[in-house]
Amino acid sequence: MNIAPDHFVQPLNRSPFINRFEALSRTENWATWNSYKVARVVDEIANEYFAVRSACAVMDLTPMEKYRISGPDARAFLDRLVVRDLSKLRTGRVTYVAWCNDEGHVIDDGTLFQLGENDYRLCSQHHQLDWLHISAQGFDVAIEHETHQVAALAVQGPTSFSVLRDAGAAELDELKPFGFVKSRIAGQPVLISRTGYTGDLGYELWLDPAAADAVWDAVFAQTPHYAVSAMGLDALEMVRLEAGFVMPGFDFVAADVAIRSNRARTPTEAGLGWLVSFDKGHFTGRAALLAEKSETPRRRLVKLTVEGNRPVCDSFIHARRGGPRVGEIRAATWSPMLKTNVALAEINLVRGDLPANLWARVDYQRELAWHSIWARCHPQIKAAVTPAHRSLTPPQRY
Amino acid sequence: MTDAVVIGAGHNGLVCATLLAQAGMQVVCVEQADQPGGLARRRVLGDCQVPMAHAAFPPGPELVRELRLDAVGFQPGPTLDTIALGREGQHLTFSGDEVSGAALKDSDREAYRQFRQAYARFGAALRPLLLSPPPRLKNLPGADLKALVRLAWRLRFGLGREQLGEFLRVVGANMRDVLEDHFENPQLRGALAADAVRGHSAGPYAPGTVWTWLLRVIDSLDGPLSALAADELIRCLPKAAENAGVDLRLASPVANIAVADNQARGITLADGSTIEADHVVSSADPITTLSRLVGAPQLDAMFAHRVAQIRSAGAVARVHLVLSEAPTFTGLSDANLDHRLVFAPSVRALERAYNPIKYGAFSDEPALEIVFPTRHQPELAPAGQTVLSANVMYVPYRLKGGWTDARRGELLDRVLKLLDSLAPGLSQSVLSSECLTPADIESIYGVTGGHWHQGEVSLHQSLMLRPVYGAAQYATPVAGLYLCGAGCHPGGGVTGWPGRNAARQLLKRRGAA
Repeated sequence: MNIAPDHFVQPLNRSPFINRFEALSRTENWATWNSYKVARVVDEIANEYFAVRSACAVMDLTPMEKYRISGPDARAFLDRLVVRDLSKLRTGRVTYVAWCNDEGHVIDDGTLFQLGENDYRLCSQHHQLDWLHISAQGFDVAIEHETHQVAALAVQGPTSFSVLRDAGAAELDELKPFGFVKSRIAGQPVLISRTGYTGDLGYELWLDPAAADAVWDAVFAQTPHYAVSAMGLDALEMVRLEAGFVMPGFDFVAADVAIRSNRARTPTEAGLGWLVSFDKGHFTGRAALLAEKSETPRRRLVKLTVEGNRPVCDSFIHARRGGPRVGEIRAATWSPMLKTNVALAEINLVRGDLPANLWARVDYQRELAWHSIWARCHPQIKAAVTPAHRSLTPPQRY
Repeated sequence: MTDAVVIGAGHNGLVCATLLAQAGMQVVCVEQADQPGGLARRRVLGDCQVPMAHAAFPPGPELVRELRLDAVGFQPGPTLDTIALGREGQHLTFSGDEVSGAALKDSDREAYRQFRQAYARFGAALRPLLLSPPPRLKNLPGADLKALVRLAWRLRFGLGREQLGEFLRVVGANMRDVLEDHFENPQLRGALAADAVRGHSAGPYAPGTVWTWLLRVIDSLDGPLSALAADELIRCLPKAAENAGVDLRLASPVANIAVADNQARGITLADGSTIEADHVVSSADPITTLSRLVGAPQLDAMFAHRVAQIRSAGAVARVHLVLSEAPTFTGLSDANLDHRLVFAPSVRALERAYNPIKYGAFSDEPALEIVFPTRHQPELAPAGQTVLSANVMYVPYRLKGGWTDARRGELLDRVLKLLDSLAPGLSQSVLSSECLTPADIESIYGVTGGHWHQGEVSLHQSLMLRPVYGAAQYATPVAGLYLCGAGCHPGGGVTGWPGRNAARQLLKRRGAA
């Protein structure tokens, strides 16, 4: 038997946008996301960050897992799948959903598009085909994995509306957040949703991979005044933490891959308790989550701002400076807008409440020498960055 | 509104219903067929009748006492010896702890006695485990911990160090290895192996077949195999149920179990009428109960998936022959026909009979278990006629290409050919016949896969994993919905333990609420 010497090499999928990213990349800093090659940093992380917050940044979303869910029982299937009440979802709208296993632990979250009667698209970060099929038993529903058949591009930032409008998408004026329209850019049919993972004004474009180059070129061909630039995953991590979005699989262990029984998290523990509706009928995990309601919560993912300018990644959280350890930072970034550290931390609750007086012990290096300081942490209810322009309809023109 | 509705008037359903009613609950028991008895009820064949459970062990003394079976005249009936048929008429006869036969060495005879006694000791140590819900391992609640400690104590100090070592060596093993350790005679090994896998979709080389043998041994501790035990039991149980105040409704197939807000509310019958109840207890198999009557949409996804994945494809066909005269088996006397005949000439022959089922085919030379019910109940057939009832292993539930009358006929021909080789001329005396494949048993008796035990009793479907994780304590994730059939711990056979355990568990929880 002949086995090729490189038989173990897993070739990375190439997104239809990857040629454009490769042409723009100055860093050659690539990552793998769902077996696709994606940019971590294209040019300079600070520029990419500020493009989102003050101009327009473009990111490849093709690796996002996309599932087409259709059939007479599609709505019933989705109602049983996700923890959220979907009764307000209608054609032309998108909603943010999360789904749990039987134990009420979060498997993943994502966006759910109602494309038509009994026709939906579910987008998630992680592969969910097996769970969708397991959940489909007893429902007359068709589930199609369409990740590779649908190219997706995020166009985010204050000037994104002007960019797409000038590129030909005339229908955007009246498009409200979490809505979508069928439009055309560069003559190509594109489904445009007013959604994103940045906390800013922004859109996501869903299109035929064959149209990718034409649409990309049209977006980048608009006046330099709009300052469109390509963006990678690292800048996205900064803006999503500013916006307070959680990422299953990173901020907590996704239930379907958790090995240790105490690692998976319920929606409430993950800060997604607001999504859960007990009034909508049966859904997977409902009984477990009802039981959880009657118990004193033990831990919660908390948004923090952390004083000082040292990076707080990988820090422990203590109650009182030098006091007992009560939590861990899960993700953190420096917020250039706020000039402070923003973080997501998992904190153990005391009789259901957040301990007062939280401090992070920050270990950092200066010319290889390790130093340790204490930094005061301030729990936040709201996202750190919530620009007013993100929810205006029609959005502001530049 | 009633306290409990029990689905199915098989022996487990009736045991459960009776015990619940005895505890003061108002109980309705609904049965799809126009006769009680479930898988053990008689099959009508022209002007003959055949009990489906043609050989069974008598119920345990606990059941007889609790169900007051003596009051309704329960008698286990005459004992069945087992005769292992050889191809050339060289037979072995098993009776109690003894085995005899012309070709048998004294060493095998002695080994059999010791083997029986050793396994009876293992069985006695394990028996209490069958009479209670399987212990939960997760979080190990106090009562379950106590049960496990008691089991460990019985095994360690009841069996002693040496016996415990042997027990642990064999408990997960395959029957073939164990039989080769003890015996030389291939026919002796074959007959024992066939009983170890009876009703299962497993060959004697499969791990876990010693476990199924042990379960059979535990059954046998309550009395020897009898031709009438099951038939008598299902004659007496409806009376016992009636005495306890159970409202038994025959010819009432269930369309669905009503669930609202994760709580069982009652059932809807096929005719559209409803019975509201605080508790619904189903003796139907777990797949029928949970996937069909409740429906996956009312359950959590992984639980529903686990239920749907239960291994429940039956592997045994039943052949009924009405004979114009008593057959003559080579080397057997007419009196021998009062007993149970087993054809599995060696472990290897049995494994060879098993092999084709993996590929959706049936055996060229199947293993047989033959009983002549009319020898003990002449009233089952017109005078002079003999009914032969044979369990045929192995026959797939899903035959490649699907079951048709032609394929069923082909299977019957193979069985007749084999019978003719053992009892020359037998097929000449056949007046009428029927061949029930596992698919037929499914459609007639409503048991998924036509599986005798409502699902394989393999190690991964035993104890706290039977029928599935999340329903092993008879209660299901749907509040108020219980399982009480053979699909639950401890499993199949005509034991009544699942029904009894379920009733006790329900009453315990009801008392606690």
